[in-house]
Amino acid sequence: MDYHFNFTYIWRHFDRLANGLVLSLELALISILIGMVIGLTLALVHTDMGWKARALVAVYVESLRNVPLLLLVYLVFYGVPSIGGFEYSAETSFVITLSLYSGAYLVEVFRSGLDAVPAGLIEAGKAIGLTPWQRLVHVRIPTMFRISLPSLSNTYISLFKDTSIASVIAVPELTYGAQWINFNTFRIIEVYIVITPMYLVTGYAILIGLRQIENRFAIGVRS
Amino acid sequence: MKAAFESLPFLVDGLLVTLQITAIVVLISLVIGVAMGVALTYGSAWIRWPVRIYSDFIRGIPVLVLIFFAYYGLPAMGLNLDSFTAAVVALTAFKISHVIETTRGAIQSIHHGQMEAAKAIGLPFWQRLFSVIFPQAVRRFLPPWINTVADAAKGSALVSLIGVVDLMLAMQKVIGRTFEPMPIYIAGAIIYFLINYSLSTTSRRMESRFSYIRE
Repeated sequence: MDYHFNFTYIWRHFDRLANGLVLSLELALISILIGMVIGLTLALVHTDMGWKARALVAVYVESLRNVPLLLLVYLVFYGVPSIGGFEYSAETSFVITLSLYSGAYLVEVFRSGLDAVPAGLIEAGKAIGLTPWQRLVHVRIPTMFRISLPSLSNTYISLFKDTSIASVIAVPELTYGAQWINFNTFRIIEVYIVITPMYLVTGYAILIGLRQIENRFAIGVRS
Repeated sequence: MKAAFESLPFLVDGLLVTLQITAIVVLISLVIGVAMGVALTYGSAWIRWPVRIYSDFIRGIPVLVLIFFAYYGLPAMGLNLDSFTAAVVALTAFKISHVIETTRGAIQSIHHGQMEAAKAIGLPFWQRLFSVIFPQAVRRFLPPWINTVADAAKGSALVSLIGVVDLMLAMQKVIGRTFEPMPIYIAGAIIYFLINYSLSTTSRRMESRFSYIRE
């Protein structure tokens, strides 16, 4: 292999990678927070309301889960403004896409979490005279969260990896930074030698951190 | 809307490339992934650790980075791949790691007494594997595996970014002519949806078909 390693350019432009990594984590975090609101609302609609509401939730979930994320990113960034007659930044558009996308996955997570809340617990709430709303807020939702924690951490990690797709609409996250260095300095292999551990170490660090939280709070069997 | 219909033959060409890539990736990853999954479950430490490291390494990196690396990185190391091959190599490497985990999970779901019983009646290892473990494990393997096939079909859209004219890039090219993104994106979304939805429905149906074996 006739290749001379030269990391000088990588370190010179390292801020692009470091800032990119932080932006990736932020995009994933904002998206999962919005996705959790969407997911929780729709999971409750699905569990507590009639078949028409259920059908609408199913349409949302299936249509987002069965289409490539890349297509959704293009659709929201190029497609929607073309007919809506408005514009938004690439970051905003990506966060909208990833929130809707993670929402579709989290509906399923929260729905099975709500189903797994022991019936005896809800009956106990009834027995001590809690109203349906109080049972929801003080019994069902907190228990559901503790059951869903492992799936939530997995979703966050996979969203963190999905943020690499934001590079196609020029959001300056980690993969975009890598491509920029790649095209401007041609230190191709060095870039990958540096960003691969950045993705791996960050991903596994988050995983270990979240597993600690799970050990503290999670209940029920991991599926 | 008219443009969407007129561009349909072009989209179909792209769809064929998407299906072709998906089929190649799924087949190769099935063979290698199952072999590595068996190695991970029954191999000695010398075999187990490299497989474990491979799987955790690949699953920790975004697929897009793998695709870019195969296309831009490997040529710098002296391995020139055209975009189609680079796409297939990257997606297969990624898919293998999922098949490894599915295989391991399916095998471990079989009670170890089965293996011991087969040993007790004097079957050699390969016969224990193919006649005793696999026929039982396949029910646990199929539903999640079909889901990864659906994932492969969706994930293949990323190959458009290194210039493979699959359904995704065919759509982009049509839009480059018509300047009307919405009809084409929706047409493409429907095509992807039909492929994936039929696969995930199959997976779900199979899961309920095999649910009687839950302990």
